[in-house]
Amino acid sequence: MLLFLSRRIGMMLVTALCLTFIVFALTNLPAKLETLAKTQAGSRMTEAEVASWIERNGYGSPMVQRYGEWLGVLPGWVRTEDDGTVRGRCVDRAGTPEAAGDRCGILQGDWGFSTRFRETVLNVLSARLGATGWLMMWVLIVMVPMSLIVGVLAGMREGSRTDRTLSTLSIATTATPEYVSGVLFIALLASSTVGLSPLFVSWGWATGPVLFQGNARSALDSLTFSNFTLPVLTVALYGMGYIARITRASMTEVMTQQYIRTARLKGVAFGTIVMRHALRNALIAPFTVIMLQIPWLLNGVVITEVLFSYPGFGWTLYEAAINNDIELLLASSVVAVVVVLITQLISDLGYVWLNPRIRLS
Amino acid sequence: MDPLGWPEILIRIAQQLLPVWIAMVLTFALSIRFRRRLGLYGKLFDSGVGMVGFAIVIFWLFTALFAGWIVTHDALSQVSQMRNALPGAALPSPDGRYPYYLFGGDALARDVFSRMVMGAREVLRIAPFAAMISFMIGILLGLPAGYIGGRLDTGLTFLANLVLAFPVILLFFLLVAPEIQETPLPLVMAGFLFLAPILFVTILLNSRFFTQPAKRNLYVGVVLAIGAWAYLGLVFGADPTGIWAMSPNLLNVFVAVVFVNAPTVFRIVRGITLDIKTRDYVAAAQTRGEGPWYIMLWEILPNARGPLIVDFCLRIGYTTILLGTLGFFGLGVSPESPDWGSTINAGRRLLTVYPHPALVPALSLMSLVLGLNLLADGLREESLKD
Repeated sequence: MLLFLSRRIGMMLVTALCLTFIVFALTNLPAKLETLAKTQAGSRMTEAEVASWIERNGYGSPMVQRYGEWLGVLPGWVRTEDDGTVRGRCVDRAGTPEAAGDRCGILQGDWGFSTRFRETVLNVLSARLGATGWLMMWVLIVMVPMSLIVGVLAGMREGSRTDRTLSTLSIATTATPEYVSGVLFIALLASSTVGLSPLFVSWGWATGPVLFQGNARSALDSLTFSNFTLPVLTVALYGMGYIARITRASMTEVMTQQYIRTARLKGVAFGTIVMRHALRNALIAPFTVIMLQIPWLLNGVVITEVLFSYPGFGWTLYEAAINNDIELLLASSVVAVVVVLITQLISDLGYVWLNPRIRLS
Repeated sequence: MDPLGWPEILIRIAQQLLPVWIAMVLTFALSIRFRRRLGLYGKLFDSGVGMVGFAIVIFWLFTALFAGWIVTHDALSQVSQMRNALPGAALPSPDGRYPYYLFGGDALARDVFSRMVMGAREVLRIAPFAAMISFMIGILLGLPAGYIGGRLDTGLTFLANLVLAFPVILLFFLLVAPEIQETPLPLVMAGFLFLAPILFVTILLNSRFFTQPAKRNLYVGVVLAIGAWAYLGLVFGADPTGIWAMSPNLLNVFVAVVFVNAPTVFRIVRGITLDIKTRDYVAAAQTRGEGPWYIMLWEILPNARGPLIVDFCLRIGYTTILLGTLGFFGLGVSPESPDWGSTINAGRRLLTVYPHPALVPALSLMSLVLGLNLLADGLREESLKD
């Protein structure tokens, strides 16, 4: 087990290094640096001025060296200006050359400065990740039980009418990406002129102008049913169908096993068979899928947060990408990649742990 | 003129779609008539779900095909006073144009119905081809990884996992950025990606006919000639006749979508190959002394077709969703483009007041993907019955 774990973690680190280097290379393309120079130091710069700005701010060295500096394994660049002041990667961040250390990268906890939000990346990200944490928590609370129930109900009697209806419904949710379901929800429930809201108001069933709010920004201060339901539903819906289908497949397979038949022949009630005998074995596959679904949720989180303007991690990633905020985008990518790799690891470990038939050797 | 009511709007739309209905009825009549002779495709008409899915898919396919006849207005032209017009609104002065905006106008006073129809063409022009190229790459790499194994397998699997560990959306932001187009990166990647279909077909034919050099030379020569022609046009934009051409924007989108899809296909093909290579007919072919590529492409691949066809349908749907995502973030495609993702993006600003410009493409996209998923489900059911 320990050998398996260490090999997996080693592989994970190599993957993380490769991926961060690719992201680093793609965000530090010469064209992107030129855009950065122009946004930082004035848009009317000449080619030569841009080149000298890039050189003076430490972007001139080779890519691998800059990657090392960013990671914190190589010492940051230092240069003495013509007027005698000392500048450098770490000096600019610490304020004075004396306070500055030799290396300053993400290994030292220095994630850089966001040009879009005018704040340190660490501050931006920690606040945003908290906001997304709430969203993810509610999404999982809604999505996991719902999809498991749908899957088990559909899978316990294969081919029945319940099975057909629920399976078609699951297919329909997997065909509804977040930007479609979000638009549908907003038009149906969050508009004061069309959809259900004006109808409900005219019947006197609803008090406010709309049933739910189509903008979740206020959820940052106070999370309410009205401002958080739609984003949570939007993210949960797309993942739900997939998990439900895996649960169904796994459930139908378990229901044909010998021990289930034995239990039925013994005269055990159908409900007891499902709850006691089938469920445990049927939930192994969905567990892995739920873990692997988390990186996919990340996709949905970006779309949903942009659609509902909820300033969480996904929204930050989007803002960083469209505003060429290199350090913030890099940091967000690291977070995203780490989340993906850790969920993969947990899903592998969980699979082995839940399924004693698998031996590691 | 008075605006139309909903029944009249629907009747007029049904009228506009007349070529689609005719084509659909013909397809269904012929397919059901000859279904016993059509293999897996024919069996599709035994499953209700599969038929519904197939009907939705060919509806959009024919809509895209006959888009030129169906549209009521130019998808890009604006008619003043029709800004955010409600569905069924009449044009103030038709002057020989179609007198109504059947699904209303968008924020730039363009016809939503015509944009929906042209959007189908945009989407169906890219999604199936991107899925196809992803499949060829996945097959070309997955077969040897599964069949030969060893270091090759380890290396390729590591690479595939590397791409799969990338959050899709991040990859899009990085690969479809405007700055990327100034670098040779998309060109290099396109160079590799478009090489795959040519290589695939060449190896396929060569491994089959290398014992009959005359036939082999003819087939491979024709494939290479057409391949080189298409390759020059698509990757370098150097096709003198201009049939094969792709704008740099589109190329970038295409490359990104293929790049995201190919590793998943690779994993599926590799898994199936690992299973099939232990069968007796593979051993028989090895004993006969067949080459590895012949065994992979003419013994293993045909026997893996069931799950691959099902996944191909799903993958077209998934590619459609990915293209929509790109459009939704305004990446890659031109802002005027009528593709569904961009239209949803443009329509979401006034969503609570005028929902129709966003709802129409959203429902279209959903129905197409739903159709593909149902079709895949029907195919899976029927292929499992064998």
